[in-house]
Amino acid sequence: MRFFSILRGQRKGAKMNRLRAFIKKEFYHIIRDWRTLIILIGMPMAQIILFGFAITNEVNEAKIGILDKAKDEESRNIINKIDASSYLDITEYLSTDEEIEKVFKKGNVKEIIVFPADFGRDLWANNQADIQVVSDATDPNTADLIFNYTRAIILNHLNEMNANIESPFQIEINQQMLYNPALKGVYLFVPGLITVILMLISAMMTSISITKEKELGTMEVLLATPMAPVQVVLAKVIPYLLLAFIDAVLVLLLGYFVFDVPIRGSLVLLLFETLVFIVTALSLGVFISTRTSSQQVALMISLMLLMLPTILLSGFIFPIENMPNPLQIISNIVPARWFVIILKGIMLKGLGIAAIWEETLILIGFIVFFIALSVKNYKIRLT
Amino acid sequence: MPDRGLSIETKNLTKKFGEFTAVDRITFEVEKGEIFGFLGANGAGKSTAMRMLCGLLSPTSGSATVAGMDVYRQSEKIKQRIGYMSQKFSLYEDLTVRENLSFYGGIYGIEPKLLRKRRDAMIEELGLKEVQNELIKGLPLGWKQKLSFSTAVLHAPEIVFLDEPTGGVDPITRRQFWEMINQTAANGTTVFVTTHYMDEAEYCDRISMMVDGKIAAMGATSSLKEQFNSKNMDEVFLHLARPKERSENE
Repeated sequence: MRFFSILRGQRKGAKMNRLRAFIKKEFYHIIRDWRTLIILIGMPMAQIILFGFAITNEVNEAKIGILDKAKDEESRNIINKIDASSYLDITEYLSTDEEIEKVFKKGNVKEIIVFPADFGRDLWANNQADIQVVSDATDPNTADLIFNYTRAIILNHLNEMNANIESPFQIEINQQMLYNPALKGVYLFVPGLITVILMLISAMMTSISITKEKELGTMEVLLATPMAPVQVVLAKVIPYLLLAFIDAVLVLLLGYFVFDVPIRGSLVLLLFETLVFIVTALSLGVFISTRTSSQQVALMISLMLLMLPTILLSGFIFPIENMPNPLQIISNIVPARWFVIILKGIMLKGLGIAAIWEETLILIGFIVFFIALSVKNYKIRLT
Repeated sequence: MPDRGLSIETKNLTKKFGEFTAVDRITFEVEKGEIFGFLGANGAGKSTAMRMLCGLLSPTSGSATVAGMDVYRQSEKIKQRIGYMSQKFSLYEDLTVRENLSFYGGIYGIEPKLLRKRRDAMIEELGLKEVQNELIKGLPLGWKQKLSFSTAVLHAPEIVFLDEPTGGVDPITRRQFWEMINQTAANGTTVFVTTHYMDEAEYCDRISMMVDGKIAAMGATSSLKEQFNSKNMDEVFLHLARPKERSENE
């Protein structure tokens, strides 16, 4: 056996090669664990499609109520039009304002159209009149959809009236939201979804992947090699950074092309901010992995401490303004909250960096904070 | 192997975990190219001592140098020069034989071309050519263990630390394993090995017997057997360990 003759030659090499060898290994892990990979790529797609269809879900025979205080020809004309529509179904006729609350509380009626007492008179006298639409906004998407149908029907009717007239009539439609006045827009689902997915992949997967090495005992061997702990962590994190980024881009593409979710601001800025948030989540994942040495615990912590707050307290589903005060305060330490604001700003409002630099700084602050904590914990663990 | 200098040198090296003293003022020297066995029962402090020398744990007190470097201040430099095979299985089950070797060679910074050469030669030598592209999880434990050792020496370290390398391996593979260790030492690499199999002491140039975190006896096996008037190392061990069994675990 000439076992050791193999080992003649050069001894040291470049640092980059080390990192590359490590990252390569991480990719093998990810690719070999193809079930997880399918979930990581497939789940965001499935979710965006599910949410997407929830968003574009057609309203059919939505139950609405009418409070006609005018009871004149003009109001009746409009009511007939609405009744004829297949989208809206008038199930309740109210006679006083007090009944509005009662009808909504029964829960079937999603919208009530109110004609003021002098509706027809105003229209003929001033060429202009008001209609008030009261929506049950507990389900903001549906409320918005029904309101849009209602408005379309009324405006359509107005166009017919104005067809041969010199001075056209105008009807002002005022929408009043009950129960959820801020009315979170339908498109908010896409920013929210991106946030949740990035958090999941970045924080959970890295913390699991690092604790896995601890659990298997390979971490000890790695620490006995010339790889600096920082390099080990970096190599573990880079593949997930890439994976998370790909996922974010996929969700954006799907949202943009299939569901017409707008990206009004700069795409470059959007991708940059996405990267910042991914790094925030990654540093959180690294921090979690320094606090625990079992995959199970890492998973539980990720779910309890990250996923739930990300979903519940980021303003993704429940508007922060409507939360009880203590929860509003807690939401400040949920990184996702700030990223949702950034995404909303760029995608829906078309804001530039000037408007969101504060939120960006907060995220960077989180990164510094978690990395500092991780480094501190790491030292403790090694002695 | 005289006059080749010292590979490892410790003086009153101590490690405490709170109140518990895992390693208690151990002092020893290991020469270059020597096979130095660290024997003792489970929990005697063998692994803890080894981990201090590898830079994985910092000592509580005492001094130690490995490859001429101080364990307190130069642990990063030490890591460049040593190989370490842990008690736990250190290969990645979802990587192939080749990938495991490439990975460990890579993180030790072996230049790629040389690494490929060494890797292929090593696979050939271990007789694993047929299975080189198979995932580790399908291989028998004996093969894994040999491969694990290979990953620890692929970068030609000055000293290789082996923590219970033959745990749970059948007698034939153990023999082959010790042949590999012998070969490695014959090429000038110092081998520092812990074991609780007393018969394996016979393979070592010198051994130290650890009991309760202290070195109870040290020397060549022949002289130890003489000293304690025993037929084999088992008897030597029983002689040393019996008066003061301790229950704590490491």
